[in-house]
Amino acid sequence: MPPTAPPVNPANQNQDLLTKDTILLTTVEDFVNWCRRSSVWPLTFGLACCAIEMMAVGATKFDIDRFGSGPFRGTPRQADLMIVAGTVTHKMAPRVKRLYDQMAEPKYVIAMGACTIGGGPYWKYGYHVVKGVDLVIPVDVHVVGCPPRPEALLEGVFKIQDLMKREKLLDRLRTYHKRETYKGAGNAAMPAPGTPGR
Amino acid sequence: MTRAEAHAAILAKFPDAIVRDGREGKEAGDPYLVVKAERLHDVVKWMKEDPGMRFEVLQCLSGVDYGKDLASVYHLDSWTNKVTVCLRVELPREKPEVASITDLYGAADWHEREAYDLLGITYTGHPKLVRILCAEDWVGYPLRKDYVFPKEYHGIKNDL
Ligand code: SF4
Repeated sequence: MPPTAPPVNPANQNQDLLTKDTILLTTVEDFVNWCRRSSVWPLTFGLACCAIEMMAVGATKFDIDRFGSGPFRGTPRQADLMIVAGTVTHKMAPRVKRLYDQMAEPKYVIAMGACTIGGGPYWKYGYHVVKGVDLVIPVDVHVVGCPPRPEALLEGVFKIQDLMKREKLLDRLRTYHKRETYKGAGNAAMPAPGTPGR
Repeated sequence: MTRAEAHAAILAKFPDAIVRDGREGKEAGDPYLVVKAERLHDVVKWMKEDPGMRFEVLQCLSGVDYGKDLASVYHLDSWTNKVTVCLRVELPREKPEVASITDLYGAADWHEREAYDLLGITYTGHPKLVRILCAEDWVGYPLRKDYVFPKEYHGIKNDL
């Protein structure tokens, strides 16, 4: 006997529409957060040896694209995530700060590696190394290691995605306040164009 | 040509310009000649242009802080004669000044800027002697032994 479709109860017809993959119920917040965390675009931006591991994360073996975070952007205006990968020098700090300021809200920062977290090998005798990029821009996730394994950086990206998942749409002020405290640091005048040696 | 022969040739040509021959001391490392700062340019020019010497390559130009004095150290190579010679100019800490050799070797340009940046050695006649690694408004010369770390730089704390 050929199988027959089960009879449809006319009373359940609307409910059926819901179960047929045509309608999903969710909250706006969850939906927006899902969209955002499924396409975290990092800024193409490497400062030292750690950047090599970041490149490995982007390449086939570790493949950050699997997690929707593939397209490394060439401009801060299109990026959601800044992976500060490498030694931040005092000369570089104002540039990092400027790039951060150019990114559109909401924006997130991963401090990758010992140097970026606290000066690393240059903590004591590195006259030119900023002792942690936290002194210049607010950091959301720290990834430890010198350099961290690519898997560790992926874990850092997951942590960012977790943060995004928990984000309240109307609670953005909290993050703004956090950033206010960083107003002063690193706003060094970048030398004007035409300055000798620029 | 051996290094000793090269040294002998330089000593014969410039008996008054060489302060001492580094091989005579007990110091380890490469043999070197210590040259008077005001004669350095002449010596290097002759070494480069003399057909018997032909030191075509400036291998390295470094600034050194020996604790008491600063020094500018030149490693010159002759590919023709297959020999390397090391010259050293000792400079007083208060006024370290020596003639630039950028007119002879283009490679000296950035090396001299680096020695200026990190040790404060002034190379007179350099076309553009400005800092090359540190920020333009950096204070002091970081590789000097008596350098004091800045407490902060543009609002970023440096002593934690
Ligand atoms: S943490 Fe280690 S690997 Fe990373 S930039 Fe610093 S020195 Fe290089």
